[in-house]
Amino acid sequence: MLPPHGGRLIDKITPEKDRAQLTAEAVELPSVSVSDEFRKDLECIAYGIFSPLRGPLNRNDYLSVLEKGRLEGGLPWTIPIVLDASEREASKISEGDDIHLSCDGKPFAIMHIEDRYKIDRKAHAEMVYRTVDTNHPGVAKTMAMGPLLLGGEIDLFLETPGKIPKYRLKPKETRFLFKEMGWRTVAGFQTRNAPHIGHEYVQKTALAFADGLFINPLIGKKKAGDFRDEVIVDAYEALFRNYYLRNSTTLVTLEMEMRYAGPREAIFHAIARKNFGCTHFVVGRDHAGVGNYYGPFEAQEIFGDYPDLGIAPIFFRSFFHCEKCGGVANDKVCPHGPEDHVNFSGTKMRQLLVKGERPSEMMMRPEVVDAILKHPEPFVS
Amino acid sequence: MTEGESKRISISIPIELYRKIEGRIAGTSFRSVEEYVVSKLENEFPSEPVYTKEEEELIRERLRKLGYIE
Repeated sequence: MLPPHGGRLIDKITPEKDRAQLTAEAVELPSVSVSDEFRKDLECIAYGIFSPLRGPLNRNDYLSVLEKGRLEGGLPWTIPIVLDASEREASKISEGDDIHLSCDGKPFAIMHIEDRYKIDRKAHAEMVYRTVDTNHPGVAKTMAMGPLLLGGEIDLFLETPGKIPKYRLKPKETRFLFKEMGWRTVAGFQTRNAPHIGHEYVQKTALAFADGLFINPLIGKKKAGDFRDEVIVDAYEALFRNYYLRNSTTLVTLEMEMRYAGPREAIFHAIARKNFGCTHFVVGRDHAGVGNYYGPFEAQEIFGDYPDLGIAPIFFRSFFHCEKCGGVANDKVCPHGPEDHVNFSGTKMRQLLVKGERPSEMMMRPEVVDAILKHPEPFVS
Repeated sequence: MTEGESKRISISIPIELYRKIEGRIAGTSFRSVEEYVVSKLENEFPSEPVYTKEEEELIRERLRKLGYIE
């Protein structure tokens, strides 16, 4: 199996026997309150999904990630995982201090402060999202961040059960699972959608040359109009029950928010799947994009800058239903013109589903449609 | 000589290929052509993850409970 990013799977979960003592010590320390989304990022660090990170980035790593898309030591890393703080919170904290992190008033981790530094929000947005347009959800979030960033290692002593606990596995567990399944090569598939026929085609094409398929939907904060988390999982369960082999496909959720950072996020998503134990990662058209901020294939082109990523991308360009081919095809294999093609338009399918109507079986499996329509509100409002 | 070095062995590759790799890895986290070649070979001949007996039992039990394995 491929080694994790940076060579070692990070584990920052406090052992059970030490938790009570750490919890008692933590409440005596100064605190910084974090959002539920950032807590999920910290859990990703603690579980090793963000290996080799051991905590929110320090100044040198942060600047290197912004400028080069790499950690200070040169290892690929494209999305800055940073803890912001207000002037008031930061005024009580010095480098070398231990603090506790809390969410909704409840302490859950200790952080060993390595450094505190200022954020240039505009530069951050320009480098990560390639825009300063506040209509971009990532830019809007950046502009609302506190003025100071805190870097340092964490120790997590209180875990959340997760939104959908039965599908939440840690990299240590998925790596064990792949070994048990006898999968030497595993293709990771990132999604924030309920599956249509086009997705199934891509997944099964990837599976044609990998031993296993790891479907890994993002569970967490998304933008209005995206599928709700429970809907995505229910839809995949329906697809699995009816159209997938159990010995070659698995469904595991990843609890973290979408950043919509396009190319940079594609690299970040690939690194997370590498840590789960995948050897390959599927990158489609406009991966992690939003609006028209990124070119349709920029998220594929960026992989050319990272020969040292350690996970192989599998690129898919456009795929569609071709009337003449009589099934799903793509622009590399289909000789027919656009007049014979029906695109898998997520927007159109959503428009139908919002009205309680069914997309055609050519577009979406009927069992998947049933799973979606059993939810009165399938989309984030 | 470090312990790591003592366990290594040299092999030859064509100089043209060496130069190509040098160009390819410039600005990346690979510090040498050797590191790049070793990483590619490790991908080809991957090692198994190591678990303690206790870890293995805990993980197997959890995966079984969740229905991932039988």
